[in-house]
Amino acid sequence: MPGEILVRGVWKSYTDRRGSLPVLEGVDLEVGAGEIVALIGPSGCGKSTLLNIVAGFEEADRGEIRVDGERVTRPNRKSILMPQHPSIFPWVTVRRNLTMVQNGISQEKRDQRTKHYLDLVGLSAFADAFPWQLSGGMRQRVELARALVVRPEILYMDEPFAALDALTRIQIRGEFLRILFQERHTTLLVTHDVEEALYLADRIVIMSDRPARIRCIVPVPLPHPRSQFRMEFAVLKDDILHELGVDPDEDVTLDRADVRGIESPFGGR
Amino acid sequence: MKLGRQNSLRVIAPAAILLCVLALWWLAAGGSPIFPTPWQVVLGTAEMVRSGVLWKHIATSLMRVSVGYFSAVALAIPLGVLMGWFEPLNRALNPLFQLLRPISPIAWTPLAILWFGIGGLSPIFLIFLSSFFPVVVATVSGVHGVERDYIRAARNFELNGPHFFTQVLIPAALPQIITGMRIGLGVAWLVVVTAEMIATESGLGYLIIDARNAVTRYDLVVSAMIIIGIIGLVLDGLMRRLEQVDQVRWRYAR
Repeated sequence: MPGEILVRGVWKSYTDRRGSLPVLEGVDLEVGAGEIVALIGPSGCGKSTLLNIVAGFEEADRGEIRVDGERVTRPNRKSILMPQHPSIFPWVTVRRNLTMVQNGISQEKRDQRTKHYLDLVGLSAFADAFPWQLSGGMRQRVELARALVVRPEILYMDEPFAALDALTRIQIRGEFLRILFQERHTTLLVTHDVEEALYLADRIVIMSDRPARIRCIVPVPLPHPRSQFRMEFAVLKDDILHELGVDPDEDVTLDRADVRGIESPFGGR
Repeated sequence: MKLGRQNSLRVIAPAAILLCVLALWWLAAGGSPIFPTPWQVVLGTAEMVRSGVLWKHIATSLMRVSVGYFSAVALAIPLGVLMGWFEPLNRALNPLFQLLRPISPIAWTPLAILWFGIGGLSPIFLIFLSSFFPVVVATVSGVHGVERDYIRAARNFELNGPHFFTQVLIPAALPQIITGMRIGLGVAWLVVVTAEMIATESGLGYLIIDARNAVTRYDLVVSAMIIIGIIGLVLDGLMRRLEQVDQVRWRYAR
């Protein structure tokens, strides 16, 4: 399955009256077809800029992006970007949001795909609702369904769960993961939430502070479904936080032997 | 139908105020030989209804507003969308519009009469002018205010060319366009009456001037005023309904 991303020597800086602000300094990255990669870094480090460049919304000063060997110069429907706040169109129904983006195929096929992806995100009953009648989590699911309905090879997600409340976030995250496994799109996800990255990604790319470079890449060899209560998860989280320069509490760094002694209040497991 | 406490208060209070005004009017007009009482206005109105004069004037005014207003909207929305989207066009036209906008349409009356003569096109031209600028300005700012994420999504899904305008940009700006249309229609209704006082021989504005000058019937003057008020209210109510349409409610609901 195609959808291979190649980022080569990407530099970017923004210039205004006061001078030039370097944002990216030579970023190289490869994302394999069907791989889920999370970009993580301090806020304002330029990870969203990188995503925008990779998706073709912004131009790099230097360097290039290739998807399946082809140079990316502008956004296209082979790779769909999902912003933090849903960008589904509020002036049309959920169904119409999905049908209007499908060009060049028969009406019958459009309807069929629309139905398929609304079923997939569990919103068939809301096909004729307007987005403003839905909750934030539901809107985010429509956003995903609209992205998938054009059969892209790649999904770019810019903090897709950040605007949701904590409970909805956990639920939607699980649903997205289930769907991503089913569809096996190449996915590049920007987040500042280490847990979220660990929960979803095959590899985690840790970026430095601005101007951003890639600091290191952490493979996450854990089987799905992952649980934050597994030892390996906790250890990786600790390591990544440390790598990001955040030590939540220096005195209580995880002592890897301690954990076993704690008894669950729910008994067992 | 049983009205709730809240509802009944909402009906009773304005009705009470209206009654008070009527009572004061009646008292004040009681002794005057010229200024009519409310009852005299009712009789005057009935007289115009019977003779059919009233309907003729109302129809004429509404026709003028429709033609002037809809041609203004038909030109202002596409132009505003283009100005909002293509910045050079905006920069070229905006100074001219900003200069023309503060000129009251009534100030154009002499020129309108010079170009179009008395009656016919003159008032329609003035109405056109009066609603054109509010709609253009609202459309431009509506397009400027469209959220970047919608435009990016359109690019991402390759909704290009005419599709982009009709399915993304205009619907996204529509709530503000409708607000501009509402303002435009309000101004048009104000202007039609004034224009008809000066540049025509028919319509509700003419009715007021004619009732005063030709027959000195102040009951007809006041009757025409009230009818103008009621029609204006109905027009605004219709525009408000437009704001409740599902396709634009997302903006007002916030």
